[in-house]
Amino acid sequence: MSSLIACHDCDLIQRLPHISDTGTVQCIRCGAVLHQKKRNSIERTLALTMAGLVLFAVANSFPFLAFKLEAQVRQTTLLTGIEELYAQGMPELSLIVLLTTVLVPLAQMLCMLYILVPLKLKKIPRGLPRVFRFVHHLAPWSMMEVFMLGILVSVVKLAKMAKIVPGVALFSFLALIFVMAAMTASLDSHLIWEKWENRR
Amino acid sequence: MSHDIKTALNQGLVSCHSCHLLSRSAGPDAIMTCPRCGTRLHRRKPNSIKRTWALVVAAFIFYIPANVLPITIVVSLGQAQSDTIMSGVIYFIHSGMWPIALVIFVASIFVPVLKLIILVFLLITVQRKSRWRPKDRTRLYRITEVVGRWSMVDIFVVTILVALVKLGGLASIQAQSGAVFFCAVVVITLFAAMSFDPRLIWDTEESLNE
Repeated sequence: MSSLIACHDCDLIQRLPHISDTGTVQCIRCGAVLHQKKRNSIERTLALTMAGLVLFAVANSFPFLAFKLEAQVRQTTLLTGIEELYAQGMPELSLIVLLTTVLVPLAQMLCMLYILVPLKLKKIPRGLPRVFRFVHHLAPWSMMEVFMLGILVSVVKLAKMAKIVPGVALFSFLALIFVMAAMTASLDSHLIWEKWENRR
Repeated sequence: MSHDIKTALNQGLVSCHSCHLLSRSAGPDAIMTCPRCGTRLHRRKPNSIKRTWALVVAAFIFYIPANVLPITIVVSLGQAQSDTIMSGVIYFIHSGMWPIALVIFVASIFVPVLKLIILVFLLITVQRKSRWRPKDRTRLYRITEVVGRWSMVDIFVVTILVALVKLGGLASIQAQSGAVFFCAVVVITLFAAMSFDPRLIWDTEESLNE
């Protein structure tokens, strides 16, 4: 029974083929991705989540970008822009940027840690469905890669005016984007739900 | 199309949108939760068409002040210059930075409009029970889902400029209300894409087969 699935994009009922190793199942009618089976999904995702949290800590505590104009130097961190927007009377903007570039990615990683560490130890975390659902709701609001494009545009814009010095945090942030993308790609949601279903 | 297309809807089943488990529907108006993960079950996203229309209209309205009002103001040695999204694009073109001008134009002007036009098109075709290329329309829907987030790039540019260019009287940049409206457009269109249910595109297909 559990091998039957309705496509989330066109509602067609179809049988999920058994995949022993890795592979992707697409809807035969509309082409939506129905299932992605990954090798060692839990271990890989857990490792990437841990790496991501380390990079996140570095990205938020070291200098991000510095701006040099004649004798003046302005040193900034990832949070400077958010604080500055708030100080300029733009709390809405400040909040959206804080959510999309800092809080949502952090929450995603912490939730994944909360789910994956017990699963790895053959236990089932309390309230797994709620936490896992929350992770899915967060996904569209994590926009670090868009922020990176924003950095690129800003640096090009300011390059004529002054000298821009990248800091350690910028490189960790860049690495974090790739780690989080890999984390999302290595996650096999069906596997997590199956573990929950067979919890007893 | 063959006559034996089985969908969750016509088989009296509901698919959980969070864990994808199929459950037997207890009737069209029954309040059900997924037996596996506890999510509220809906055969289709609730009030999908109405909600999406409302959000699309709101986004169109906010799009006007977002483009007319300045998003930043640069104060340099006592002189102030305000910039809108379009004047930023024009500045990049004049300075010969074509790729950057293109990135900003596509992300901030083209993508939001494209997204809204696609959603309006999908809403109208679904309401008129069109059978036109359901697969391609589903693809269009996926484009709106993927592409919308990139419109935030201008907001992030403002954030970074505001952080970096703060050198006392020498030069400083301040965010302006246009940025708030623009950010609202992006957030609203993200919600609009989420509230649209692509399965509605296919529902017409099946009702005609019966």
